[in-house]
Amino acid sequence: MRIIELKETVTASNDRDAEVLRGELKEKGTLLINLMASPGAGKTTLLERTIRDMKDRFEIAVMEADVDSDVDAVRIEKLGAKAVQAHTGGMCHMDAGMTRTALDELGADHFDLVVLENVGNLICPAEFDTGAQKRVMLLSVPEGDDKPLKYPLMFSVSDVLILTKTDVAPYFDFDFDACKRRARQLNPNIEIFEVSAKTGDGFEEWESWLAKAIEDNRA
Amino acid sequence: MHEMGIILHLAKSLEETAAEQDIQKILRVTLQVGEVSGIMTDYFTDCWNYFRKRHPVLETAELELETIPAVTFCGNCERTYPTVQYGRECPYCHSGETWLLRGNECIIKEIEVE
Repeated sequence: MRIIELKETVTASNDRDAEVLRGELKEKGTLLINLMASPGAGKTTLLERTIRDMKDRFEIAVMEADVDSDVDAVRIEKLGAKAVQAHTGGMCHMDAGMTRTALDELGADHFDLVVLENVGNLICPAEFDTGAQKRVMLLSVPEGDDKPLKYPLMFSVSDVLILTKTDVAPYFDFDFDACKRRARQLNPNIEIFEVSAKTGDGFEEWESWLAKAIEDNRA
Repeated sequence: MHEMGIILHLAKSLEETAAEQDIQKILRVTLQVGEVSGIMTDYFTDCWNYFRKRHPVLETAELELETIPAVTFCGNCERTYPTVQYGRECPYCHSGETWLLRGNECIIKEIEVE
């Protein structure tokens, strides 16, 4: 009998897989974005508008991760972008292995941007590295400005926070300044955008950030 | 809240280690779990006991959990305090400018093998 010291995090094998995947994507000039939010925050709606605005400039594909159904993939394909449905087999998140399987399903075509629309959940997806170069999270106005306090990890690991459904702000007591202050306290470098997919407000700023990220990744 | 997902990754890490080091059977796995890692230890152990039976290398592995106390640092008065007792607000100066120093990790400390 002997004792072996490991001293590695439980998700170490996933972290290694994610690192390898990130390297391969960079080599191919594909930007992978891990899009995270709670159910109903507007992930698919944000993507629909973004794809419509950017599909003439970039080759875009979407991987829809859900526990079940393919309604989101169908919505994306209607816009002419390639979409695959990844089922997580009951899991509450995507990991690097599942992401690789979904990427394989996209086939050999080149994409400038692949968006992984993660399972609607503000907790578990934050814990698992999928191999994405950038993590983008959404928080919709009806959810409330206190969410950084309740789900700190998600705000800590995200590169970008998009506040969505700003068109309904007059009907809710959402304090934008308080929300941003709380998010920046957890993550001083987080980029924050405010958008409404209904009116198109704020999409220019978000899309120019995204276009720059795609171009930087190809360089 | 995602104990089963963590167990899957734990099992994968251990199987990789076993294959690399030519280990046939793992007898004990010691994990260090942070107080605020969000892992429910009872449920975690249940998941492990369900899962290990499916893997020959892990079948005999008892799970041992050690707790890492959570400690928060206050950026305003630069003192540290126990997170679980006081939460996000510094008990000394009542500042909200605080950061978790440790207590959200889940580390495989060591394994005992045959």
